[in-house]
This record gives sequence, C-alpha cells and structure tokens, in this order.
Amino acid sequence: MSTADLPPLLIGCAAGFSGDRTDAAAPVVQALIASGLPAVLIFETLAERTLALAQLVRRSQPDAGYEPLLDELLRPVLAQCLAHGVRIVSNFGAANPLGAARRIRELAQELGTRTPRIAVVQGDDLSGPAHRELLRQALGDGLPAEPIVSANAYIGAQSIADALRAGADVVVCGRVADPSLVLGPAMAHFGWAAGDWDRLARATMAGHLLECGAQVTGGYFADPGYKEVPDLAHLGYPIARIEADGHCTITKPPGTGGRIDERTVKEQLLYELHDPAAYLTPDVVADITQARVAQTGPDSVRLSGVRGHARPDCLKVNVCFEAGWFAEGEISYAGPRAGARARLAGEVLRARLAGVAPLRIDLIGVASVFGDDASQWFDGSGAQAPGDDARDVRLRVAWQHRDHATAQRLVREVTALYCCGPAGGGGVRTAMRPRLGTVSCLVPREAVATGYDWLDQPAADTVMPTRGATA
Amino acid sequence: MTFLSESAAVPLYRLAHSRTGDKGNRSNISVIAWHPALWDVLVAQVTEAAVARHFAARRPKAVARYLLPNLHAMNLVIDDVLDGGVNDALNLDSHGKALSFRLLELSVEVPAELLGHLAGPA
Repeated sequence: MSTADLPPLLIGCAAGFSGDRTDAAAPVVQALIASGLPAVLIFETLAERTLALAQLVRRSQPDAGYEPLLDELLRPVLAQCLAHGVRIVSNFGAANPLGAARRIRELAQELGTRTPRIAVVQGDDLSGPAHRELLRQALGDGLPAEPIVSANAYIGAQSIADALRAGADVVVCGRVADPSLVLGPAMAHFGWAAGDWDRLARATMAGHLLECGAQVTGGYFADPGYKEVPDLAHLGYPIARIEADGHCTITKPPGTGGRIDERTVKEQLLYELHDPAAYLTPDVVADITQARVAQTGPDSVRLSGVRGHARPDCLKVNVCFEAGWFAEGEISYAGPRAGARARLAGEVLRARLAGVAPLRIDLIGVASVFGDDASQWFDGSGAQAPGDDARDVRLRVAWQHRDHATAQRLVREVTALYCCGPAGGGGVRTAMRPRLGTVSCLVPREAVATGYDWLDQPAADTVMPTRGATA
Repeated sequence: MTFLSESAAVPLYRLAHSRTGDKGNRSNISVIAWHPALWDVLVAQVTEAAVARHFAARRPKAVARYLLPNLHAMNLVIDDVLDGGVNDALNLDSHGKALSFRLLELSVEVPAELLGHLAGPA
C-alpha cells in the first residue's frame, strides 16, 4: 500500500502540561474510537522546569520522579485504549520513565486489562558523570559551579516511531521535543522517509498545535466582550487528523466546551515561536511563513502550507542547577488610605532588609506583574501611578539568596509586620522554595545515543531486554 | 468635493488579539488582526521601535518583528525582558504571560474608513 492510500491518523492530546486537567482524556478517547481510524493518544506533561523538579523528588523517593498525576491521567482511559488499539505516547516519564512504565504495568493489572507492551525511550538524560565532559565542552565557563540537578537533551521522534512500529501499546518518554510526540506516531503510521522535510515539518506543526492541550480549543483565549468561549469549564481537548501529506485538521470531541476557529489556531501556531521561517526541533526545521489556516466546519480548522528544511546538527540541552532559595511574603491592607499604608509597609521592609539582596516590591491591586524586578514604579520612577488612594491592596515582596537562613529573613520581616507595620495589616502568607537555575547549550546529535527498551518481554521473544538502536 | 477623513486613536486590542509565550529570558508576543482590512495599519504602526518604546520600563535588549501576511499576524520577539525568565525572575508572573495585554494597550491611529472593522466595545 502506498503512503497516499493510507487512512489518516488521528492524534488526540489530553494534557498540555504537568498540572493540567485530568478529566480531559475520556471524551478524546471516545471520539478517537468512534472514528474507526488508526488513533494515538498523547499527554504532554513537561515544561522547562518540570524535569528538574522531578529529579528533586526522585532524590528522596527513588521510585518516583515521573508525572505525579500519572494514575489520574491514565486510569480512566487505559483499558479502553488497550481494547481498541489506541496507542498512548507521552513524556510523563519525566525523570524516571522506567518508573512510570512500571506503574502503568501495575495499573493495567489493577484494571484487569491485557498486558500492554510498554516501550521506554532512552537517551535524553545527560545528568550522569558519563556526560559531564560533554556538558563542560558545550558550556565552557557557563557550566554551573553549583550542583547540577538535571541535564536533558531534547531528543526527537525517531525512537517513538521505532517503538510504535515494533508494536508498542504505550511509549513512555522523558524529555523529547513536545511536537515529536505527534511526529513519531505520524512517521510510524505513514512510513515517511527521513529527509522528507516537508511532511516531517507539517506533522511537527500539528504537534505544536496539540502540545498545549486546550490552548488550541479555546483555552487561554477567552476575553469577555472580545473573545467569547462557550463552556470554558468543560473544554474539549484537541484531536488532529493528519493526512498522508502531513497536513492536519484540528477538531475536538463532540459535546465538549471550547471553540476552534482560525483565531484560536493562529494564537497557538505562534505560541512560543521565534523566527517563523525556522522553528527548530530535533526532527526538522519548520517554516510557517507560507502557512494558511482555514475553517473547514464547526470547530474544525485545517493547517496547510507548512514547509520543512533539514534538521539541525545539534540537540538542545537544558541543565538545571541548585540556585539557593526563593522567599516571598504578602500582607493585605484595605479601606481608606490602604495604598499608602501598603506602600509604607514596603518601605519598612526595604529598610529592614537593606544591603542583602535585591528586593522586589509589588502592590497587588495597584501595580505588580507589569513592573520589573527593580521595582522602579514603586519609587515613582516608572510609568505606573503610585496608587496611594487604592482601597484594597496586597503588598508582596520577594527575593532570592544562596543561603537558606538569609533568604528566610524576608519571611520573618513580613510576619513581623503584624505588630510592627502600618495599621490594619492582615492576612500574612509566606513561602520558601528551593531555587533552580537553568542554562542551555547545544551538543552534537551524535553525542546523544537514543533508543527504546521494552519494559516487559514480549511473548515468545528474546530473553535479554531488547534495545531498538537509533542514531 | 472630498474631505480629508479623520482618524481615531484606539487601543491595539480593538484591532488585534494576542498571546504571549516565553523561552528563557525571551518573550514572544503574537499580534493577530481581527480583520484583514486592519493588517496594513498594524504593519505600519506596531513596529519594532514602537514596541521597544512601549516596553521601555522593562528595558528590552532587542525587539524583532516577523510578519506573516497570509495569517494577518505578526510575531514580536523581545529579548531580555523577563528579568531572567521563569527560573530567575522575582515577578509573580515569571513567564511574562500577561505581557500580551500590556502590548494590547498600545495606542494605534486608525483611519476613519476602517473604524467599522474594529472589535469590541469602544
């Protein structure tokens, strides 16, 4: 059968980040099964920091370090996916893909399903001593002196495609490039040649549209009076119908909330993009400068015109390191002259904490997130109004310091405002969190060996664990 | 007899919608025309220089603008505007997610004949 004769592939996305809604998958899986087409379900659960946080968890709990909501995400749909041949591909392995795979096998046993064939994609984790010299070469003086928490290469779609071709029901990844979660299944299904850059780029941009879940179906879009979204409380998550030439149409399950129109798709198409002629992924360089989006029906938009160029020679690596402590504190003032009292409290804190570390001061309700960390507006030198007559204001201060006890001084000073600060302050909340720094670098693709392992031995297969080697 | 038509200054949110993304210390803000007829006004006025001025308080190092005429959209890439980004910033909104709505406050001069294409309440 030639590629052109193959049926389209449906790929549904039921999570766009770690912490996303966990009830999204069921309607997506229902729609995938009802289509009668080959189908894949993906969950994208790794942001830039998620992996480092997962590594920190794994230090104290060696079996953990994968997506903490794994059970809640999979339990409602795993049995149905296995029964109907809907494959599952996700980066929910985070810092412990093998641990996630084991948990999925247990979950399948608890649910009484057949034993799933689970593939674990390997190669992204460069945090061990074997790769330290590689990082040193790539970062030079930029290699952090502080202890490294995580180092992960953004690897591509090939291992996912290989595992699916070999019959995987579930493919568990750590750090792969988000769009590769879609490209891998499309490569496996259509059998595209490596170097078929246009098709690889088209499916990559389908992945880009899906990777943030509801952000293409009306999530992160509503603006009352301007951009209305029906039933934002029950958003449907996206399904991409990918054609043999790689073009895609984005839809969502019937009966769900949200909207898909040219506007929602354009916003997501440009989300976290830089040069639209060169969207860099490990698999291909995508070019959307000639792309078009067209409404093809209710809640149905087609993306076409994406072109591709040869993939980069290097892979991006994110290195996270211990960077001390972050401390913040808040206190509220309300009623007459609340703004002036909150400002006075900020000045008290600045005096008490002077000379230690830069202190950010916000008056929430007057000016906060638009200001910069230098708190220029607080001094009256920025563009924001002082807001002394504001009637309901929450003072927030934040800083960071390498030393825990020093960082904690901020927490103590905010708490002390109860008795020592301006009149009527209440509702103190404070927080201390370990700080993670990040540096990025590029490493030669050849320096990162990727592949997949089977969790379980497939029936009547080899005794030793098999590894599908891919360059 | 012809009269010189008058223009009106309106906030950008009446001409375009927008979303912010971030990578490290770099913010990207899309600006997407509500109506194709408003595209030329956006190209003429939402320039790199105008955006740099608008965000002067955040001291951006550079602003690059990429035009996507097929989509009636542009992508603004603003460097070093996030106080180090999600891992370093002290800002409550360390991603700079809200910055699209800061940009949408930019004042734009719209010719009278295009006022009918503006979105939303005045």
